[in-house]
Amino acid sequence: MEHSFASPSGHPQPHQRHFNPYSENGGTILAIAGANFSVIAGDTRQSEGYSIQTRYAPKVFRLTDKAVLATNGFAADGNMFVKKVRQRLEWYRHAHSKDMPIRAIARLIQTMLYARRFFPYYVYNILGGIEEDGSGAVYSFDPVGSYEREACRAAGAAQSLVQPFLDNQIYFKNQTPAHGTSHPAHLPLDHVLELVIDSFTSATERHIEVGDGLEIYVVLAKGSTPQVLDRWQGVTEMTTTQDGERMFVIRRNLKRD
Amino acid sequence: MTSIGTGYDLSASTYSPDGRIFQVEYANKAVENSGTAIGLKVKDGIVLAVEKLVHSKLLVPGANRRIRTIDRHIGMATAGLPADARTVANRARDEAANHRDIFQSPPPLSTIADRLGQFVQVYTLYSSVRPFGISTILGAVDKNGPALYVIEPSGVFYGYHGAAVGKGRQLAKTELEKLKLSELTAREAVIEAARIIYLVHEDEKEKEFELEMSWISPETNGLHVAVPKDLFDEAESKAREALTSGLE
Amino acid sequence: MDHFPTNWGRPRNDTIDPYGTYPIHQRPKDAFSTGIQRTQHPIVTGTSVLAIKFKDGVMMAADNLASYGSLARFRDIQRLHPVGDNTVIGAGGDMSDFQYLQSILDELMVDEFCASDGHTLGPAEVHNYLSELMYARRSKMDPLWNSLLVGGFKDGKRFLAYVDLLGTTYASSTLATGYGAYIAQPLLRRAVEGNEDTLTKEEARKILEQSMQVLFYRDARSIDQFQIATVTAAGVHISEARKLETSWSFAEGIRGYGAQTQ
Repeated sequence: MEHSFASPSGHPQPHQRHFNPYSENGGTILAIAGANFSVIAGDTRQSEGYSIQTRYAPKVFRLTDKAVLATNGFAADGNMFVKKVRQRLEWYRHAHSKDMPIRAIARLIQTMLYARRFFPYYVYNILGGIEEDGSGAVYSFDPVGSYEREACRAAGAAQSLVQPFLDNQIYFKNQTPAHGTSHPAHLPLDHVLELVIDSFTSATERHIEVGDGLEIYVVLAKGSTPQVLDRWQGVTEMTTTQDGERMFVIRRNLKRD
Repeated sequence: MTSIGTGYDLSASTYSPDGRIFQVEYANKAVENSGTAIGLKVKDGIVLAVEKLVHSKLLVPGANRRIRTIDRHIGMATAGLPADARTVANRARDEAANHRDIFQSPPPLSTIADRLGQFVQVYTLYSSVRPFGISTILGAVDKNGPALYVIEPSGVFYGYHGAAVGKGRQLAKTELEKLKLSELTAREAVIEAARIIYLVHEDEKEKEFELEMSWISPETNGLHVAVPKDLFDEAESKAREALTSGLE
Repeated sequence: MDHFPTNWGRPRNDTIDPYGTYPIHQRPKDAFSTGIQRTQHPIVTGTSVLAIKFKDGVMMAADNLASYGSLARFRDIQRLHPVGDNTVIGAGGDMSDFQYLQSILDELMVDEFCASDGHTLGPAEVHNYLSELMYARRSKMDPLWNSLLVGGFKDGKRFLAYVDLLGTTYASSTLATGYGAYIAQPLLRRAVEGNEDTLTKEEARKILEQSMQVLFYRDARSIDQFQIATVTAAGVHISEARKLETSWSFAEGIRGYGAQTQ
């Protein structure tokens, strides 16, 4: 069954087919930080090659009431990684009687990813939430743990479609402000949600691995009002503690073709 | 106790001049202090019953079970030190799992009794260990039909039609001998088992107790499970009736 | 325990270990020590497994063939396996790995039974156990070469999910492994998506039978004999092996199939 190849010695040797422990399961995630909120979103399609494995496999996970983790890449690694992060956060809770701050979660994730430097989790992570000072935060990681805090980040199959759009619309790259005005440092929640939805509908149109469903997590800092969410459909509150931060998820359909 | 003070009872690895091992005999005393456990091998199954003495009203009812499941089709009831029973039960489970692993089939009870007998016997050989303070009744329905064994602290084991260990074993054995065990059904045996436990308890004039019963019968699909509540209640009320009518 | 018989009872090697300081578990290895083979490939294989949700539970189908390469080696093996009273698993891929999984699950169920604590493992627990096991093995670069479907019904809830040799998992109302993922999955989705709560047992069976028939026509590693497992509130039922009805009369008219008339 196996092919024979000539070895350097000239004798044919059986060739051992290699087991590849990785796969790539498509999909796209993104996160945007506002002044006092953070939005973390991902589509729900899971695929391998040209096959859709399922139309609903969440890639965005609530960690605490002020932190959400989105994973993208090899789904088995992603799920296992989230499971381990959650376990560490629970141990932290038992030791300190409070949720781990997002800044510390970000560093924890770096340590956990780098611990597997030579057999990496093939996963791109984006962590979003509220810092202890009440500002919206987004942290993005590469598979071996390099990370930085940013205002927005897209990752996954359609990263190359979405990130330039966000650069233009959030960082105002290649835009010149009208004379005597300046670009805002932070956008309002309403505007950000519009951008997220436009990003995913566009990615769905142009990328075969994106579609089926969209989950948008919204984390609001202490004292901010959720009224702006009233005009959105399919909003479910996910808050579990009395700490003051509030968490919501918005579920929408994307095209299934 | 003639053994005390002679020095021959300090170790399980020492014989007395007349060929006895006192540590093993003391282990038997631990069994005799315990609530009675009985086992009945009948024509279509096995019934195990235990008189669990409740030494405190603060204990949760149903806790500290003395009947355990070893494999799907094997049950075990013990009299003696509850902690020792745990060790032996876990060893029995390991032996059963080991048999399944090697032969891909449910172990016959004779095999498990043999392995456990060896295990228990080893604890009578060394000065560094103490013999198990329990007698174990093993019951099963295997490929050869119903089977019942008792393993004693010495490691010796015999097969029985009916078995009784613990404080009330003498009276229980007398009662078991009166039954035509090979003609009873498991359902009938449950009623008898409950009656015997209630009877020996009355005889010993102990404080509170809890009746614990399990069975393997055609109704359980060959599985060792607790006796279902309706049958249990029926057996218990009949046992109480038999007691009051017997006292008159 | 040293599992290399060539090491047993052998005096220590004085050239390597003159003072006998070498721990027993890492004695110098002999020429065979590099002969441990982990990376494997499937040998005797099963092809697709199909499964769908319906009104009262979950239904799963798999044919009875275990192939040896392109040879139809074992034509009467069962690829659907009950686990407890609420769960069934179906396997594609290496059949010896599948039999190993069966014995592991059986041991697990005996352990759970012995606990007799009033809890039983349902399909969700079995699936999670398998996904942890499969992921752990792939992480050791020693995978169990299967794609598995786990279906069941417990506490009024249907369950259907997938796990494979990489530890990849997903759940859906229709699932298909192997060649079935390409050929049968679209048919299953068209018939089932949106109708999960109305499909009757008979309709579900018909959908699976038709899909198995299409698979038999197109999948060269399939056979026309299959079984269907049904899990409902009543428990697990695995059917007797049944023959597929197929018709090849159309082939007469196709050049290359029927008798050649020039």
